[in-house]
Amino acid sequence: MDIGITIAAILTLAIYSFLYKDNPFYKTAEHILLGVSVGYFVVITITNTLIPKLFIPIFIEGKLIYIIPGVLGLMMFLRFHRRSAQFSRIPLSIIIGVGAGAAIPAYMQAQLLAQIKATMLPLTNLSNIIIIAAVLTVLVFFYFSREHKGVMGFGAKAGIYFLMLFFGSTFGYTVMARVSLLIGRMQFLLHNWLGLIN
Amino acid sequence: MLRKLPLYICFVFGTFMLAQFFIPHPVSTALYKMVLDWVQIIYALSLLVGAAMLIKHHTLIASKPVAKDRQYSLIVLFGIFIMIITGLFFGRGNKTVFLWIFNNIQAPMQATMFSLLSFFVASAAYRGFRARNAQSVFLLGAAIIVMLGKVPIGDMITPYIPQSADWLLNVPSMAARRGIYIGIALGTIATSLRVILGIERTYLGGK
Repeated sequence: MDIGITIAAILTLAIYSFLYKDNPFYKTAEHILLGVSVGYFVVITITNTLIPKLFIPIFIEGKLIYIIPGVLGLMMFLRFHRRSAQFSRIPLSIIIGVGAGAAIPAYMQAQLLAQIKATMLPLTNLSNIIIIAAVLTVLVFFYFSREHKGVMGFGAKAGIYFLMLFFGSTFGYTVMARVSLLIGRMQFLLHNWLGLIN
Repeated sequence: MLRKLPLYICFVFGTFMLAQFFIPHPVSTALYKMVLDWVQIIYALSLLVGAAMLIKHHTLIASKPVAKDRQYSLIVLFGIFIMIITGLFFGRGNKTVFLWIFNNIQAPMQATMFSLLSFFVASAAYRGFRARNAQSVFLLGAAIIVMLGKVPIGDMITPYIPQSADWLLNVPSMAARRGIYIGIALGTIATSLRVILGIERTYLGGK
């Protein structure tokens, strides 16, 4: 039997042991996962971003301008030094500024206008009517600048019902996704590891 | 000055990113690509700060001989360094230790952790789902129909159940999600403007 499958199975059982109660097996597995995941992400960050975008441009292509983001990035490490920690705000402000500036047209185009466009449907069947009514009433529910009374109150109340359908169906969908993962793990244990089922 | 400088930098970069969208000139596009590269570099190094903080935290615990749960900190440090050493110095392709650890330790454990949530979700649903009023009946009903509609037993009871589940997901649920997305988009745009203009400055920390 493959030693990798046995190790994976033992770690799987160690995690499921948490269903009984918190115990040393679960804690060990949890900390292995934490360490391995952080190590994996450090390696991927270095090899997929820092080497191609920082080290190769500076040391191989001779693009010295990339020293600036390198220095700015290293300034984030000043957080470890209490007196110099305030300098780490400079690279942070670049990330926040670029993120905020890029978000406005991106959300305007991909979310706001695209969603509005997709809602402009011909009122030819019941589903289309429900879609338009649901979008409008949900928006009314989230509009807090006027008191939810009269027509607004009716719209907001209808919006709550559509939101409940959304939350319920999303919950059901999420549960089924988790259950399918559980089935996958059981198949791994009973088929791949123990060979009890085909 | 040092307090104001990040606000000015944020304004300059934010305004540039916003303006370049409307100026499809080669210079603006080249500058845009360069800024994106810069941000990716800064972002990657910022993520490493997080990893460094975790290493520092667990090193402090592991270095105390009488610390409670010291062995778990040693396990975390061992996991981090084994992945870094194998990944950076012994390759990441097929038949490498790095990939072996990923395939046989990290991936199965992550899947198990997520599958563990199904038990907690089921337990929370059992305790929380009570048909107290019409709204909760809608919530409960939608969840039951979707859950039954996604398994063979739903189709065996009646083929209307999977059809209803699909209709629920594609019509009212999708429409309500669309309303939420429009709200999120408006909120994001408003918050981004506040950040660029320096009104929202909580990201700087302090008072």
